[in-house]
Amino acid sequence: MATHVSEAPTLRKTPLHALHLARGGKMVPFAGYDMPVQYAAGVLKEHLHTRAAAGLFDVSHMGQIALRPKSGKIEDAALALERLMPQDVVAIAPGRQRYAQFTNAAGGLLDDLMVANFGDHLFLVVNGACKAADEAHLRKHLADACSIDMLTDRALVALQGPKAASALARICPEAPAMKFMDAGPQQVDGISCFVSRSGYTGEDGFEISIPAARAEAVVSRLLDNPDVMPIGLGARDSLRLEAGLCLYGHDIDTTTTPVEAALEWSVQKSRRSGGARAGGFPGADVILSQLEQGASRRLIGLLPEGRAPVREGAQLFADTNSADPIGAVTSGGFGPSLNAPVAMGYLPASHAAVGSLVFADVRGQRLPLRVSAMPFVPHNYKR
Amino acid sequence: MTVLYTTDHEWLRIEGDTATIGITDHAQSQLGDVVFVELPKVGRQLKKAEPAAVVESVKAASDVYAPITGEVLEVNDTLSSEPALINSDAAGKAWIFKLKIADKSELGGLMNEAAYKAHTA
Repeated sequence: MATHVSEAPTLRKTPLHALHLARGGKMVPFAGYDMPVQYAAGVLKEHLHTRAAAGLFDVSHMGQIALRPKSGKIEDAALALERLMPQDVVAIAPGRQRYAQFTNAAGGLLDDLMVANFGDHLFLVVNGACKAADEAHLRKHLADACSIDMLTDRALVALQGPKAASALARICPEAPAMKFMDAGPQQVDGISCFVSRSGYTGEDGFEISIPAARAEAVVSRLLDNPDVMPIGLGARDSLRLEAGLCLYGHDIDTTTTPVEAALEWSVQKSRRSGGARAGGFPGADVILSQLEQGASRRLIGLLPEGRAPVREGAQLFADTNSADPIGAVTSGGFGPSLNAPVAMGYLPASHAAVGSLVFADVRGQRLPLRVSAMPFVPHNYKR
Repeated sequence: MTVLYTTDHEWLRIEGDTATIGITDHAQSQLGDVVFVELPKVGRQLKKAEPAAVVESVKAASDVYAPITGEVLEVNDTLSSEPALINSDAAGKAWIFKLKIADKSELGGLMNEAAYKAHTA
């Protein structure tokens, strides 16, 4: 067996680090943090428990940023942020959030994120591995209009699954009344938190930002409920893959545009050609033209026809013997709820239609995969 | 009958000229839930340290190396339909393949149970 031992440099700890250790978390380096990849139950059980009841995820490695308009008018912060993304930020109503991406001059993605309107300021949640670069990017481009606060003294947890609402209701009675993508300050167990009804599993659920010093107490209250199980990064990845959700640095990065990544739905009409605030973000020429004409390649779902998982990096071919790859798998593994391997990757538009058959090179063999619609497991959002 | 171990967490049960090979309980607990096993072809000539089989968990694929040189005599087809057997009985029913031992002197480099326990302690 090949086992891997990582000599990690000094890893950062989230406010829930001691809780992970106490609950038997198997810790690994992730985005510069020492994070649980799984607990004693294991990835398979953690995954299935989240879909059947509720899972609790520590995502405190992610960046939480407050953007405050210097003018005092929230619309000025929204307009400023629109300089960096193809989303309509102005239209995000108070108490709502929206999925967004920071783009670069080539139309590629610097990061993907959530933007919430908290009434007097915007609240951003960005990827952990990108947060330092995102902060610098915001300071460079928005310092004229906004003050930018990296909220480093807060934990972030996700509570996901069909029993998430009833579990959270015990300590936050307002939670069940929230709708998908509602977001704002809430008292949770008497602590001032930020709660959104969203997540990264395809299930109903919440993300809860908690002051660091109170995080362990709040999370312990949530875990003090047989419906709620702590879930590691392993199941987080298999859950989001089954839900067809992109992972930054794998399915999307600086070389993929929102159109190639099948994220057109996240670019509102007002920012497209002919819209009230068309363009005006990095890479607008590329992205607006792709929105009208399509892109030459596309991120698609793939269902391997056999049992062997086809993993990230596997090259994709049009047939069993051609020498030149036509694409590659960007995420792949085993979907416990489907009880089958699942993958996503890029293919030329000519091969991207649902039902197309392609072949992946896995250890020298060409394994057949069928292009599939995503999500692989239906979303269960509370709209 | 002797059971020997490798530093790569494989076990070998030696019976005459045949070695039955699997991964240890320690290895399966490190891997987590096994969802797929790729078996070598019967008749294949394996050289010592060559990748022989692949054990995949939800998260990752891990090679199983041939601990010694030899010809594949038999493989455990049950693992194709029941890969999780590796988690429940790694040292027993979840044997992976059998080799015809080509060179018995290669066994000298392997560990006995006490040495393996010390290795994983």
